[in-house]
Amino acid sequence: MNTAVLRTEFRLFRREPAAVFWIFLFPTLLLVILGSIPSFREADASMGGLRPIDAYVPVAVLIALIMSGVQALPQALTGYRERGILRRMSTTPVRPSALLSAQMAVQGVVAVASALLALVVGRLAFDVTLPRQPAGYLLGLLLAAAAALALGSVVSALSRTTKIASAIGSAVFFPMMFCAGVWLPVRSMPHALARVVQLTPFGAAARALDQAAAGNWPGWTHLGVLALWTVLLTAGAARWFRWE
Amino acid sequence: MPSVIEVTDLRKSYGGRAVVDGVSFTVEEGEIFGILGPNGAGKTTTVECVEGLRVPDTGRVRVAGLDPVADHDEVARILGAQLQQSELQAKLTVREALELYAAFYPNPADWQPLAERLGLTAKLGTRFGKLSGGQQQRLFIALALIGAPRVVVLDELTTGLDPRARRDTWQLIEDVRASGVTVLLVTHFMEEAQRLCDRIAVIDKGRVAALDTPTGLIRRSAGATVASFTPSAPLDERELSGLPALASVERKGDRITLTGTDETVDAVISLLARHHVTAHQLRVTDATLDDAFLDLTKEATA
Repeated sequence: MNTAVLRTEFRLFRREPAAVFWIFLFPTLLLVILGSIPSFREADASMGGLRPIDAYVPVAVLIALIMSGVQALPQALTGYRERGILRRMSTTPVRPSALLSAQMAVQGVVAVASALLALVVGRLAFDVTLPRQPAGYLLGLLLAAAAALALGSVVSALSRTTKIASAIGSAVFFPMMFCAGVWLPVRSMPHALARVVQLTPFGAAARALDQAAAGNWPGWTHLGVLALWTVLLTAGAARWFRWE
Repeated sequence: MPSVIEVTDLRKSYGGRAVVDGVSFTVEEGEIFGILGPNGAGKTTTVECVEGLRVPDTGRVRVAGLDPVADHDEVARILGAQLQQSELQAKLTVREALELYAAFYPNPADWQPLAERLGLTAKLGTRFGKLSGGQQQRLFIALALIGAPRVVVLDELTTGLDPRARRDTWQLIEDVRASGVTVLLVTHFMEEAQRLCDRIAVIDKGRVAALDTPTGLIRRSAGATVASFTPSAPLDERELSGLPALASVERKGDRITLTGTDETVDAVISLLARHHVTAHQLRVTDATLDDAFLDLTKEATA
C-alpha cells in the first residue's frame, strides 16, 4: 500500500458525486424514508416485538457494502485496466497492485463509514438501539465488507471492459440486495428460503448483524460462511485478474 | 562508452506470429537512439520488453545491467517511460498527477520547472480528462521524466502535437540528453529521427533492417544524392543510363532527375561539359531519411 496513491484515490472518490451519494448517503436516506412511514415505527409481533425500522438498519448497512463492492469497485478497477492506467503504473517503482489495493481500501472505508452513519441516524432519529454486542457487530461488518470487496474484485477480474463490469454488477446486484433482506428481512423469510439465503455472503452477514444487534455473539456458522466466501472470492480474483 | 541498454536476439510471438524476430542492438550512455519502422513492425513490442512490460520469449534484455522483468523495481527507478496508449484518472489534475508520480521515486526531479518546460504551468489545476490530446501527451512526457531517470523511453513522442509543440518537444529532448540522460525513441516521423537521433535502428517485420547514423543510413541507401536539371539540349538516353553508381533516372517534361552518389553527379557534369550543354536550374541535394527509409524497408520486403 502506497500512501500517496491512497490519498489520491480518496481525493478522486470525493470527486464522484454519484458514488458518494449511492454508497455514503443512499443507505441512510432509505432508512430515513422508511422510518418516516408510521407503520415502520410500530412494534410487530411477527418480528418478535421488533419494529420494521429496527430490522432495516442492518439492511441499510449491507446496502452500503453492496453499493461499494458490487457496483462501484468493479467499475473502477476495470476502468483502470481498460484505460491503461495500470500499465502506466507498471513502469514506475510502484506496482499497479498498489492502485488496486488503494481503491479497495477507499471503497471499504467509505462503506463502513456509511454503515456507521446509518447506525447513528437510526439511533438519533428513530431510537433504534445501537448494537448490544458491538465487538461482534464490528467483526461481522468487517467480514461482510471483505466479502463484498472480494466479490467486486471477481466481477472486475471476469470483465474485459467497464461495460461488461457494469452488466455483471447489475446482474449480481439484485440477488445480493434480496439476500441482504432489502425486500424481506432474512429473519422474516420462510425457513427453507432463509436456510439457502444464509449461505450467501450477504444473507450470512444479515443474520450475523441481527444477532449482534440483539446482543448475542454472531453465530460462527454465519461468520464462517462470510470468511469462506472472502477466501474463495479473493483466490478467484487473484487467479483470473488480468493486468492488461 | 558503456552500453545502457542491451538487446540481444530478442524474440516475441503472439498466437504463433513472430512480432519481434531476432532483434539486437545496444544503446550507449547519453545517446539518443531511434527505433524507426512501419506500423506493425514490432517497434512497440521491442521497447515494451525494455520497459519490462512484456516478457521476451527468448533473447536477453538488459538495462544498466539489470533484467527489466526480474529486477523490475530497480529498472523502474532508473527508466522513465512514455507509453503509446495510456490514460490517467479523468478527474486527476495535472498538478496532482505530477506530485503523485514524483512521490513514486526516491530522488524525483523538481516538477515545477518540468511543467514549465512542457508548457503545462497554466494547466496545473486542469483535470486530465479536460486536457487536449497535445496537453495529455506533454503531461505523459513530464511523467516519464519526473523520476529523474537515467534512461527514458518515448513511444510516438510527438504524435498529436502541433508543429510548434513538436519542435519545442524536440528541443526538450535535446536538453534532456545534454543533461546526460539516454533516450530511446520510437517514431515513424523521419524528420524527428533525422533531427534527434545519433543512431537509428530501422525495424521491419520484426527484424533490424539497418542500424546506423541518420547520415549513414542515407549514404548506404542506393540513391543518396539527388541531382535535377533542365538541359539546354536533349541528352542521349544511353549516355545517361551509363553514368557510374546511378540509382535511377526520371524525366518529367524537359527536367531530368538523377539519383546516385557524388560520383554520379561528377560524371553528369563532365558529360554536360563535353557536349557543351548547359544545366539550367541545377539542384544537387542529399536524399532525406525518408528516401533511405523507403529504400531500406522495400529491400526487406522484396
